[in-house]
Amino acid sequence: MKQHSALVLAELSYTIPALGHGYAGQSLHVNVGSPEVSSRPVTEDMKDRFIGGRGFDLWLLWHAVSDTTRWDSQENEIVISSGPCGGTAQYPGSGKSIAATISPLTDIVVDSNAGGHFGPYLKFAGWDAIELQGIANHDVIVTIDAAAGAGGEGRVQILAAPTDCPVDTHLLGHWINDTFADSEQDRELMAFVTTGSGSMKTRMGCLNFSLYDRKRRDLRYKQAGRGGIGTVFRHKHIRAVVVRTPSFGADSNGPADPERIAQTGADMRREVTRWDPVQNRMRHRGTAYLVQIMDDYDLLPVMNFRYGAHPDTHLINGAVWEQAFTQNLPDGCWYGCTVACAHAVDNYRVQTGPYAGGCVIVDGPEYETVAGVGSNCGIFDPGAILEINFYCDTYGIDTISFGTSMAFAMECYEAGVLTKDHTGGIELTSGNAASALAVLHQMAQGTGFGLIFGQGIHRMKRYFVETFGADAAFLDDIGMEAKGLEYSEYVTKESLAQQGGYGLTNKGPQHDEAWLIFMDQVNNQLPTFRDKAEALHYFPMWRTWFGLSGFCKLPWNDVVDPKNALSSEPAKIPHHVENYVRVFNGVTGKEVTVDDLIRMSERVYNFQRVFNIRLGKGLREHDRVPYRSQGPVTPAEYTSRQERYDQQLREWLGLDPTALNIEEKLVAHRTHRTRQYELLTDAVYARRGWTADGVPTPETLASLGIDDPDVLAVVRQHL
Amino acid sequence: MSNQSSPTITVNRRESVEWTPGMTVSDLVRHMNYTFPRLVVSINSSVVPYDAYATTEIPEDADVRVIHLMAGG
Repeated sequence: MKQHSALVLAELSYTIPALGHGYAGQSLHVNVGSPEVSSRPVTEDMKDRFIGGRGFDLWLLWHAVSDTTRWDSQENEIVISSGPCGGTAQYPGSGKSIAATISPLTDIVVDSNAGGHFGPYLKFAGWDAIELQGIANHDVIVTIDAAAGAGGEGRVQILAAPTDCPVDTHLLGHWINDTFADSEQDRELMAFVTTGSGSMKTRMGCLNFSLYDRKRRDLRYKQAGRGGIGTVFRHKHIRAVVVRTPSFGADSNGPADPERIAQTGADMRREVTRWDPVQNRMRHRGTAYLVQIMDDYDLLPVMNFRYGAHPDTHLINGAVWEQAFTQNLPDGCWYGCTVACAHAVDNYRVQTGPYAGGCVIVDGPEYETVAGVGSNCGIFDPGAILEINFYCDTYGIDTISFGTSMAFAMECYEAGVLTKDHTGGIELTSGNAASALAVLHQMAQGTGFGLIFGQGIHRMKRYFVETFGADAAFLDDIGMEAKGLEYSEYVTKESLAQQGGYGLTNKGPQHDEAWLIFMDQVNNQLPTFRDKAEALHYFPMWRTWFGLSGFCKLPWNDVVDPKNALSSEPAKIPHHVENYVRVFNGVTGKEVTVDDLIRMSERVYNFQRVFNIRLGKGLREHDRVPYRSQGPVTPAEYTSRQERYDQQLREWLGLDPTALNIEEKLVAHRTHRTRQYELLTDAVYARRGWTADGVPTPETLASLGIDDPDVLAVVRQHL
Repeated sequence: MSNQSSPTITVNRRESVEWTPGMTVSDLVRHMNYTFPRLVVSINSSVVPYDAYATTEIPEDADVRVIHLMAGG
């Protein structure tokens, strides 16, 4: 790694440890405010109880902050960790980084994961996790150079960011490569985390995790989008964190049983290449394959989640993106991933804003982006979706929060809550991509309506009520946020279980905890509250485990050998779960079972719940959801699916819809549906071992081995 | 399609669907607009192999389950 002449503010030289069974045995603490850098041990207790990844993030963050720490406090940290299996190139989807912080959107802990090379490279460089704490006076760049010394010596530096250093990611990335890479090998062995100018003036900043695409000889990015971690990053005045790993190979993670991993990985790679072409075509379309399917099942968010389908969806579906994406490139975001869903549009000519006319790579768009900034905003123009995708990424803005917030603002505009006087002349009608882009550019500049918009739906609602005299109840109904986080992109009105999958969560409505819509709404596999509660226990715990170990969830359930149909519980995809047991044991040398994996997650999940309570949330009142997620808010929504809703009145409530006007029908639905959600909440809390107010009991914490005195002290205040 | 006087099958323990002689699994999947590619289909508790949807006929009054596996990133 090339040494830069920038002012060195702090430095640590260290000996790079050999990785043992997936761990480096130390974490890196960087305080950009003091400034200072230090090494901290990763204890056996940390490994046993918190595993790695999100577990390490939460444990380290818990000890770094106080009960009164907020997102912009000095002591708040961004913690990034991969997990013991991270960097295992023999099994698909083993390159995740998981970041956590106290969120500027929710004021509680948020975790968000990303692909890219950073997490594994950080570990190969000798660090199981990095803590970023403090607030620098001026912008800094943190470098971790594991090739600094010839004898296995590494060096960490906090550098003053030079004046020629750009902010927006697509420029900053090239600057980093030009500045710190001496060779093509350097570029391949470097990875970094950045954000952009949009994260500075908004609360929905994302982190970009780089990967050097050897085939393209260019940089690509994956995003840890949720919860405003990029906003915290920029508030700390961090421009980038750069790691240069030593050369690495198949055994660099120090696995206990490489043969077991290799065999399991080979089987899985064969399964992916055999079945993906006739199933989701992820290797050609990425997650955008899902757009048309969600429309077919009335689950695609359209115009702020009012509807679940639209006649123009075919204009932005997976077939369109398969044509737009450059094909026949190895589009994995980590080595060895045969799912290879990280597609890109090459040579995209930027149409608007400060980079108009430039030629760039646009990563994605993935399903959430197409649905969020596309259908949910009434935008069915793939070019406009690409333009918004590019700018969100380079400005460092979460496409999900942007899309869902824009859909909300557009409905407010169409309902007369907002006018041109409020938006500064921007006509914010549904489907108006030019207006959406105008707001996006304002967000990066911190000007005009973009400044208000960038605060997210939770704060927009309050502002519109207090400043514009809007109807608070209406905004609470249609503003698709919970806990302060914007919804990801699935319509849940007809799936009570998924309403819980979004509401009864730790960080807020993000589908990575549970996606139960098919099981509940289509398959009718969860007919009772007990069934739903069991699913809302098992699946959030199972999905949490991916974030502890360093895996991507997609290879678990997005390509499946049809032999799975013959298993006892096809929804759980048991033969893939067994694969994960084998790989985890092969890496760590432990001999755990499937039940042990769930137990690991349950421990971390409950710890995060207690963490939220410690920060003043995490109780039942914070698990409520907007009515738009539960049922039809407006007469137009009801009319659009009148046959369904009328039938439900007959079946569920024994009412004769012909004897009711539409307002009475809406009230009947609301009364029933909101009651169902409360009953679901009761059932889920009981299954999880929580009180009726959503507090993990001391018995639950003891059974999980996290009844530490400071943890118990938090819950005892609420018993 | 549902009609009390016509023969039917039950789909996913909820939906009554009109049955016609010779109706195959592929016919049913098409009729229901089940476009999701990862399905597990069973007829009266017997799983139908993935490659037999087009040739497997559904008997009258059958209890058919069409299980969609998990999606969602």
